[in-house]
This record gives sequence, C-alpha cells and structure tokens, in this order.
Amino acid sequence: MSTIVFLDTRGEKLPKAAREAVTYASQLAGGPVTAVTFGDAQGLETLGAQGAGKVIVARGLKTVDGQQLTRLVADVATKEHADTIVCVHDATGKTVAPRVAVRLKAGHVAGVTGLPEGGLFRRNVFSGKARAFVEVKSPVKVLSLMPNSIAVGTGTNSATVEEYAGDPGPARITVKEVRKAGSGVPLPEADLVVSAGRGMKGPEHWGLVEELAKELGAATACSRPVADMHWRPHHEHVGQTGLAIRPNLYIAIGISGAIQHLAGVNQSKVIAVINKDPEAPFFKAADYGILGDAFEVLPKLIEAAKKLNAER
Amino acid sequence: MNDGTDRNRRPVKFAAPFKNGSMKILVLIAQVPDTTSRIAFKDGGTAFDGTGVTWIVNPYDEWYALVRALELKEAAGAGSITTITVGGADAEATIRKALAIGADDAVRVDAQPADAYGVATQVAAYAKDKGFELILAGKETIDHNGGQVGAMVAELLDLPYVALASKLDVAAGKATIERDVNGGVEVVEAALPMVVGCAKGMAEQRIPNMRGIMAARTKPLTVVAPVAADELAKAVKFELPPAKGAVKMIPADEAGKLIELLHTEARVI
Ligand SMILES: Cc1cc2nc3c(=O)[nH]c(=O)nc-3n(C[C@H](O)[C@H](O)[C@H](O)COP(=O)(O)OP(=O)(O)OC[C@H]3O[C@@H](n4cnc5c(N)ncnc54)[C@H](O)[C@@H]3O)c2cc1C
Ligand SMILES: Nc1ncnc2c1ncn2[C@@H]1O[C@H](COP(=O)(O)O)[C@@H](O)[C@H]1O
Repeated sequence: MSTIVFLDTRGEKLPKAAREAVTYASQLAGGPVTAVTFGDAQGLETLGAQGAGKVIVARGLKTVDGQQLTRLVADVATKEHADTIVCVHDATGKTVAPRVAVRLKAGHVAGVTGLPEGGLFRRNVFSGKARAFVEVKSPVKVLSLMPNSIAVGTGTNSATVEEYAGDPGPARITVKEVRKAGSGVPLPEADLVVSAGRGMKGPEHWGLVEELAKELGAATACSRPVADMHWRPHHEHVGQTGLAIRPNLYIAIGISGAIQHLAGVNQSKVIAVINKDPEAPFFKAADYGILGDAFEVLPKLIEAAKKLNAER
Repeated sequence: MNDGTDRNRRPVKFAAPFKNGSMKILVLIAQVPDTTSRIAFKDGGTAFDGTGVTWIVNPYDEWYALVRALELKEAAGAGSITTITVGGADAEATIRKALAIGADDAVRVDAQPADAYGVATQVAAYAKDKGFELILAGKETIDHNGGQVGAMVAELLDLPYVALASKLDVAAGKATIERDVNGGVEVVEAALPMVVGCAKGMAEQRIPNMRGIMAARTKPLTVVAPVAADELAKAVKFELPPAKGAVKMIPADEAGKLIELLHTEARVI
C-alpha cells in the first residue's frame, strides 16, 4: 500500500500549497510518496525536497477537466496500490478529490488541517466556528489538505520525473478564456493580508490600504458591503459568502467584525484590528488592536513599515 | 477497490437539452443553521446542539443556485425547477422557503444526511432517470464546509462538473461558465447535462414576497424513500476552537508600534 499526492502545479512556480501537500503526504506515509500532476510545470524534481520520490506528470493535460483528472488520479492510484490519496483543498482539488473518492469508493475528508490524531482527521466546520474529527471507514482514503496547515519540508532529495503513459480520456469541458488575477499576491495564497471595510468611507481612500499592503508585501481584501458597493473587486471579498483565508497575518481596518466576516478570517494566525469604535466585535477576535481613526492610524503604519523595510 | 475504469457504469439517460425551449433544472437545497447561530455540541461533543437554532436554506444554494435557476427559466420562458433535499421532516419549513422564492416543486429524500457520499448517493439515485439538463449545487454548506456533494453527484452520474462557478449562461444545449481557478478566472463551456457548484456572483439574492409564500404552501413536496448508502467518512467528535487570549491594545498615537510588535513579538512580518 502506498500514498500518492495529486497537485495542480501549473503556473510560473510551484505553488506553496503543492509543497505543503507533498510534505503532508510523506509525513503521513513515513517515507517517500508519488506525486501526480499535469500540464507543463517545470522544476518538478524539486518536490523531492518535500518527500516526493517520483513525480508522474500528464504533460498533455493543460486544464482542469475534473473527469480527465479523476481518471488520471484513479489510474495512478490503482497502479501504485495507493490506499491514501492526498489533494490540496483549492479550486482544482475541489473539482477532483470528491470525484476520485467516489470512483475509488473511498472516504473523503475535505480540508484536513493536520496529521491524524488517534486515527481521526481534524477539519474546520461551521465556517471556522468549530472543528470536527473525522473517521474514515473505508480502506482507501482521500484527504484534501487545507492550504497553510503545515510547514513546508526542507530536504535535499530530488524526485525522479516521469511522463504519464495512460490515457485520461476526452475532455468534456473546454476552456474558452483564461483571466489571470491581477498582479500582486493572489489572496488565497497570501501569507499577509491587509483588509478594509466600510469604515474607509469610499473607494477613493483605498490608496492608503494599498500602500500599507505594498510595504508589507501583503495581498488586499475587503468586507462584503465594500465589494457589493463596487468599491473593490468581488474577488477580494472575504467571509462566509466570500473567500475563506488563513494567512499568518490579517490586518482589518474599519471592519466591524460581523460573525459572517469572521467566518472567513478567524483561522488567521495573528489578527490586528484598527477601528474607532471600542465596542466593535472584531476586537474580541483580535490579537492586537488599535482604537482610533483609520485615516490617522494608517499613515503611521505605513511610515513604520517603510522604516522596517529600510532597516532589513 | 474499484479499478478506476468506466466499465461498471450504466449509461444514464437524459432528455435532449431544451426540448421545446424549456429547461428542466434540479437544485440541491441543504438546510443549515442561520449564520448568526451560537455553535454548541451535545452528547459529549459527538453531535450538534440545535437548541434555539434557526434553520435556513444554505446561502449558496438559495442566493446563487436557486436564483440563477429561476433566471434561466424566466429567460427561456418555460421550464421547471425542482429542489431536492436529503433530510428529515424537520427540513420541510426550510424547503418551503425555497418554494416561496420560486421553485416549482420539491423532493425530500427521507434520510438523515450522514456524510457527503451518502447525500450524493441519494441525489444521484433520484436524478438519474429524470432528464434534468442542469443540476445546481451550492459551492459548499456553511455548516459542513465540504464542497463535496456536487462533484460526487457528477461522478455518480458520469457528468461534467464545474466547481466554484461565478457565472452561468445556457444556450443551444451548452453551458458557458466562469469559474474561479487557482490564480484567476476561466471561462469554460460544456454540453448539457452537467452539474455546477454555484458561488458568489452568479445571481443576486431574492427576498420571497407574500404571493410566493402563499403559493409555496400548496406546491408539491414529495417525500421519497432513501436508497441504501454506505457511510465512508463520519465526523465522530466536535469541539470549539480554543479561546483567543486577550487583545493587546496599542495607543492610536503610537500606532507604528504595531508594526514593530508584528515583527519582533508575533514574528509574522
Ligand atoms: C448570510 C450573510 C452572509 C454574509 N457574508 C458576509 C461575508 O462573507 N463577508 C462580510 O464581510 N460580510 C458578510 N455579511 C455582512 C456582515 O453581516 C456585515 O454586514 C459586514 O461584514 C459589515 O461590513 P463592514 O464591517 O465593512 O461594515 P460596517 O458594519 O458598517 O462596519 C464599519 C466599521 O468601521 C468602523 N469605522 C468607521 N469609520 C472608521 C474610521 N474612520 N476609522 C476606523 N474605523 C472606522 C466602524 O466603527 C465599524 O466597526 C453577511 C451577512 C449575512 C446576513
Ligand atoms: N442534505 C443535503 N440535501 C441536499 N443537498 C445538499 C445536502 N447537503 C449538501 N447539499 C448540496 O451540496 C452542496 C455542497 O455541500 P457540502 O459538500 O456539504 O459542502 C450544498 O451547497 C448543497 O447544494
């Protein structure tokens, strides 16, 4: 029995979430694992550093057709006698992992946040307001790892890379157009996030938010009303009905901290809140707080961040 | 273990898309605790404590999947929207809410949802010979947060599935969809029938009006018996996250100190 890990490695460099998943899989297996991926990614041998012994890549597949990728993963799983299949709980993983689970009649745990404890897999439920421990009852398991849940392994090994020899079948989904997210750090991958809400009064004031984000090397996010009023693009909306993120640092400026907002950000490692209302519920969820007017506080933060950057 | 081939799959029969220009849509509706609910567990942390909880239609199912289904039906000028819920009789008030928003009829599969595979098995068993051209699920439930059921239904029915769809249009038997992918948005196309996981952007929330609420009372709600389904992954224990320590306040006129603390104390920048 073996462990395989399915990755979407398309893009300019291998995503951190892919390295996390390989690290997780090899810690779970207690030894080298086989990674399965697709597209024209380069540098796949470097996944050896995280514990991949071998990488099987279906070069011919360039896009996310869930059925093709499911056939690919199920085929490799069968050939490798895999009893554990690790995926990333990202857009691609959400398309593929549940399908693979059905195909292999395997229990699927979506969004595991760590190695099993007493055989149970931990995951967040109720939008981060609680966690559940899941028992997998089938002999084969599919585990989708929540990004940012494990430190990336740093070995020195190199993986062998081989081309997938099977036939993933036809695609039933055709891609007409691809729109890359704007420059800067994509929000779901970001370690640092600067976010702002209705307290910023209007889109014309976002220059301050962006400047702080730039100085920190952070991505920007916003509350739902801000996206609804088109002050900011929808892909920045975080919360229960937007994106759920778990960066190392989340700075919330002029956001009240409604429960639906917190649901998308309460997994952040450190939360800093800037609000002029001492009763703002966000302070209860924060590690650091500044009670004050964003328009006075932000310039001070930008200045301090510039100073820090100059020193290092 | 299944050998991963299509050999054992029985072909599923679907009606020709858009017979008479009408659409036949199935919308998956899950019942979830209201977004402001206090979350608590009972029986030694093994079960959710629903005491005092208000139940609602899962927001993704209601705001996006159901409303977009209505818009597509309205645009086609004909068609039908059926909702399906796997749940006990206690889910019927929530199901009526979906009917009040505009679904034509509802199906309840009389089983307590145990895991995503179980729910998907019930939905697929019901849908397989009904000729639905589109099956719409939400991106995820806000209690379970799995994002699994839609993809599992698609696999069980051997249909294409697009997750995280933020736009959905249908013409000439084909769906055009915008979906979030890692690092951007893709516009994709697939022939119907198919399954779509609906996310924000697809439609605007609709508030049911009095007429809708009255009409919902008499719309058909059919209860069907469940098929046998295996339980493959089960949440056996729940807990609340550890409480946050007290917030460290920094005076506003020394705001720059925050950056220093984030660097030296929290070590995140
Ligand atoms: C089912 C449901 C789902 C929802 N999903 C989401 C979601 O996914 N994401 C989300 O964000 N919301 C969501 N909401 C909305 C949520 O309930 C709140 O209404 C929303 O988060 C409030 O946004 P806000 O904090 O930006 O605005 P407000 O609530 O208006 O708060 C503005 C804050 O800024 C502060 N402020 C004002 N001026 C200044 C200043 N000069 N300096 C500093 N602080 C200032 C105020 O004290 C206040 O705390 C949802 C609601 C429902 C019902
Ligand atoms: N018990 C259920 N009955 C009907 N549909 C459901 C049920 N549970 C989940 N779904 C659908 O599947 C989607 C994804 O759910 P989940 O996999 O639980 O996150 C939801 O948004 C619903 O559309």
